[in-house]
Amino acid sequence: MVYILADNLTKTFGEGEIMVKAIDGISFQIEEGEFVAVMGESGAGKSTLLGMMGAMNAPTSGSLMVDDIDIYRLTQEQRADFRREFLGFVFQSFHLVPYLTVMENIMLPLAIIKRSKKNKQEMAEAAMNQVGLSGKAHRLPNQISGGEKERVAVARAIVNEPPVLLADEPTGNLDTKTSQDIMELLLRLNDNGMTIVMVTHSPDCAGYARRIMRLADGKLMDDNIKLRSLKRWQRNKEPFPSLNQALAAGSLPTG
Amino acid sequence: MTLKTISIKNLLRRKGKAGFILAGLVIGVSTVVGILTFVEAMTDSINHKLEKYGANILIVPKTENLALSYGGLALGGVSFEMKEIQEDELARIKNIKNARNVAALGPMVLGVVNIESQKVLMAGVNFKAAEILKPWWHLQGALPQENQMILGAEAARILNLSTGNQISIMDKKLTVSGVLEPTGSQDDQLIFTRLATAQTIFDKNGRISMAEVAALCKDCPIEDMVKQISEALPGAKVMAIQQVVKGRMAALAQFKKFSYGISGVILLIGSLVVLVTMMGSVRERADEIGIFRAIGFRKGHIMKIVFIEASIVSGLAGIIGYFIGLGAAKVALFAFAKSHSGYVPFRLDLAVGAVMIALALGLVSSAYPAFMAARLDPNDALRSM
Repeated sequence: MVYILADNLTKTFGEGEIMVKAIDGISFQIEEGEFVAVMGESGAGKSTLLGMMGAMNAPTSGSLMVDDIDIYRLTQEQRADFRREFLGFVFQSFHLVPYLTVMENIMLPLAIIKRSKKNKQEMAEAAMNQVGLSGKAHRLPNQISGGEKERVAVARAIVNEPPVLLADEPTGNLDTKTSQDIMELLLRLNDNGMTIVMVTHSPDCAGYARRIMRLADGKLMDDNIKLRSLKRWQRNKEPFPSLNQALAAGSLPTG
Repeated sequence: MTLKTISIKNLLRRKGKAGFILAGLVIGVSTVVGILTFVEAMTDSINHKLEKYGANILIVPKTENLALSYGGLALGGVSFEMKEIQEDELARIKNIKNARNVAALGPMVLGVVNIESQKVLMAGVNFKAAEILKPWWHLQGALPQENQMILGAEAARILNLSTGNQISIMDKKLTVSGVLEPTGSQDDQLIFTRLATAQTIFDKNGRISMAEVAALCKDCPIEDMVKQISEALPGAKVMAIQQVVKGRMAALAQFKKFSYGISGVILLIGSLVVLVTMMGSVRERADEIGIFRAIGFRKGHIMKIVFIEASIVSGLAGIIGYFIGLGAAKVALFAFAKSHSGYVPFRLDLAVGAVMIALALGLVSSAYPAFMAARLDPNDALRSM
């Protein structure tokens, strides 16, 4: 079932000679429960596309449907409601609120929903357990490691059980081992039915996705690169080659 | 976890900025409270002094071409042989609407007597009422009993009389019980005796020449009291010594206006401090606001966070400002109004007013920063991080 449908999305900045096309006529579909990695060089338009999918960056033209909702026909406040109900965000550099504890950061999306204090507590604890952060509830962000911060960011994104998780370079600031832990966490969430769209530079991380989209100069260059082999290797806890290595070795069927 | 939690945690994290806003509001509120308390205390003090000033309403017989000059106040004069007022008519004053504002009522009989070939003006007065009506009197000696009298300083000098001397006035022997210290008023020229004694001497039993009234006019315009007394005594002419009361009240009103102007300016400065600090705080928190917006906070939620912060700081500033203002008023009274006792009572209405002013100021000054915060584009805010 098609869950996200992008139709000829375009985003331009500036006018006349200095006009830049950040996104240039991109169309794609994402099924419910897919795990999609969006790859590309810096300036390819990955984060702009993710912002569009996050109902935060209106396209210059084209449309984006999520669960049959044309999100850029909604008002700004309706889009805020949409983000709260449908999306979980994992930002680049964690973006935790420094003066709130781990538990409070995770509970942040619950601050504006009408639930009992006990219910909110239970939801936050469930999210914490899911990301393996038990025992760190009352620490401040500056008292935990980078990997733990990323887990907090993921827990915050999933605490209200959104159907879609958008992750922007979720392992950008983490070491290899921690990156693998985070990717396994995302994979588990995807196994549980969550649709995940992840922007990444890292082919290793992209290897965890069921589908890879590659952007260059705002255009969608490749879509649906199959990474079954990588997934299998990862599942078997074997070291996996980078995407480029895999592609060079011809072990990755594309298209 | 609620928006309130976010606001409180942010205030605790940014103690310096919160303290700065608090200080700005406290200065504004305490200044207003201080000035209001000081003005109120001064008003009370001036009213109290007005009461001490003595008579401020005169009741004289209704007649044509009356020009009385008495007590150093140019109010006209009185013809001593004219129709008098009946003493018992004065009792009607106790029934006027503002009777409780009458501090003292002093009937007076005036007449001319001959003492050793000198013509002297003799006044029969109620000495109990005179304590309020003539607070400037300082008597060397004792108040007169029956068949006694006191002399004005000038009268004592000219007549060469002193305490203990006895003189005969119209076949009645009167002893001097005391001499008034110089007052600078016409009282220096007079002989004073008890009302009943004077009435007997002048054969005016039950009649008086005039009456003086000390009216407390803090809560009533003196014109109203004059009107009410006139209605009660249709045969008398009632006059207010308005220039005294009005002059003092006008001075106080000018002082009040000046004080309120200063308060307004200080409140304006306080609100600018809040505005500038809040704007800075909002700019600093653009990243947080971006996160909030990205995870689904509406504009209203962002504004609510800012307003909750402003309310907490403003409420606190109102309470602190009230007590500091109260203290400042005490110090000001001690420094500038030495005659005042310095006692400043706790006033719930002023305390509530101080908190309300602080809240209104804090919220109004935070409205623009809150609006700016809510308008932040989440995408721009996050991209700037």
